[in-house]
Amino acid sequence: MSAPGHVVVIGLGTADRGDDGAGLEVARRLERRRLPAGTRVLRERGDAASLMDAWSAAGLVILADAARSGEAPGRVRRFNASVMPPGASRGRASSHDLGLAEAIALARALGTLPDRVIVYTIEGACFGPGASLTPAVRDAAAAVARRIAAELRGLAVTGARSSGARARCA
Amino acid sequence: MAAAERRRTIRLDHLARVEGHGALTVKLRGSRVVDAQLRLFEAPRFFEGLLAGRDYTEAPDITARICGICPVAYQMSACHAMEAACGAEIDGPLRALRRLLYCGEWIASHAFHIYMLHAPDFLGVDDAIALARRNPDLVRRGLELKQAGNAVLATLGGREIHPINVRVGGFYRTPPPAELAPLRDRLTRARDQALETARFTGTLDYPELELDCELVALRHDHEYPMNEGRLVSTGGLDIGAAEFEQHVEERYVAHTNALQARIRDRGAYLTGPMARYTLNHDRLGSLALEAAVAAGLGEACRNPYRSIGVRAVEMVQACDDALAILAAYEPPARPALEVRPRAATGAACTEAPRGTLYHRYELAADGTIRSARIVPPTSQNQLVIEDSLRRTVEAAVQPKRRRSAGRAPAAGARAARDAASAELTAACERVIRCYDPCISCATHFLALELDRT
Repeated sequence: MSAPGHVVVIGLGTADRGDDGAGLEVARRLERRRLPAGTRVLRERGDAASLMDAWSAAGLVILADAARSGEAPGRVRRFNASVMPPGASRGRASSHDLGLAEAIALARALGTLPDRVIVYTIEGACFGPGASLTPAVRDAAAAVARRIAAELRGLAVTGARSSGARARCA
Repeated sequence: MAAAERRRTIRLDHLARVEGHGALTVKLRGSRVVDAQLRLFEAPRFFEGLLAGRDYTEAPDITARICGICPVAYQMSACHAMEAACGAEIDGPLRALRRLLYCGEWIASHAFHIYMLHAPDFLGVDDAIALARRNPDLVRRGLELKQAGNAVLATLGGREIHPINVRVGGFYRTPPPAELAPLRDRLTRARDQALETARFTGTLDYPELELDCELVALRHDHEYPMNEGRLVSTGGLDIGAAEFEQHVEERYVAHTNALQARIRDRGAYLTGPMARYTLNHDRLGSLALEAAVAAGLGEACRNPYRSIGVRAVEMVQACDDALAILAAYEPPARPALEVRPRAATGAACTEAPRGTLYHRYELAADGTIRSARIVPPTSQNQLVIEDSLRRTVEAAVQPKRRRSAGRAPAAGARAARDAASAELTAACERVIRCYDPCISCATHFLALELDRT
């Protein structure tokens, strides 16, 4: 059981569904790196209840997930979800589940959302069953893993909260 | 009115998770629904193809990926089918552990559906988030119940999302009692919460809708059915899994990518909680019976809206069974039976939370899978769901009953039409949710296309 206020990094996705595994790839790469003490890296399918359990009592949660929003494949976006207005981006990802956006909204409604929630999304191209990651997405996952590692190192070095000013919602 | 065809397509945005979305195309002539075609679930054809050439031991893990919400059900049907092919039978502690695992999945799946997907419809809120704002304790209870189920899966199955401990013949590792002990407190609390859930469902108002279709489920000689039993129905069916394909035919409807299952020479049928409950009411334990009364249920259930109560009852039963298994558990001598392959065909039905899940495999002498057939509960329920949708759409488009959706703006025929469309889509989604198909999110998963002539 980690100390309250710890950092959790969660890669979301489904294996064997092409680019839907992008978030899992980010987590996999981070697992191989040395990260600041107390950081937990998890891989989750993305259902709301398990996500809320995974980040409970964390001070910062960083999530990585695939997106399908019409952007160019491999396109990376970073959101500060702590400041997302309620109801934003409620697109239903899963047919039979509540996904990431809903988990954030639910946790907010229940008062259990970590103070800081950062979401990286990677635009996917192909989500067919059995497919593996497309090259652009695999490259993007590597880049996101590097960015998250750097972000975590920066936090550990300064020992202070990230101002969020570097949040690029590009 | 010789109006040109008017199509209304409501498109809904989505993020990335891939289970797909539902599409409903309704053809209307005047105010009569002449056709309703529902695309809900991508038939697991890809997985059937993928399994050919694989080893029989791989089936549980491969098929577990078909459904993210009920991987245990796929593992169970796969294991039982392979064991049937190879002439092996699991009993004793291994059998009990399998049932315990299935109880975990039932609890998790039903809790999630009741609280996150279905309850909002009855309480007049948009979704679970709105419900959490209005009644956080209710949502917390649902989440705790779900996590209790997940705890069983994690403890026994090795990893919640795709339990990896399951294998043909049993498990890779069976836990010492000390490892299972923490589950007792959680499940005791979950059982109380499940009973509260049943009471909660007894306070809700239910629309009138009676199904007259045939109900199909497993039936066991003393248990409420999960892994084992004969396949029976309200129409007199009473068969072993090996005879499934003699009695059930599937038709593939090309442009909807849907499979429609029918009982030969009879027609549509329904599997799932209502069917199980109606066919196995006398197998419920005393606590589950108490829950049924609290939920306002009789000895049978044919109102799909009341399925929320049935799921609560099944949660109580699953918690009760799980606690009984935990109390009696003694580790088996070996974690798995040896199951030697042979050239044979084996089939099995087990009861997934959503209904009967059929697997059939043809094996070569060395255990290579030559062919596979998988029929999920949602495919079997397709026709019944379409019929309920037809009735819903028909009721909604009657001209004399058309009224503003309450939110329809006063100005503009198009705005009013869009509002009516949105309301109709929502009504369709609410009906679909009663069936808890493999595509059943809280709101807005449905692309509705209306063809009016």
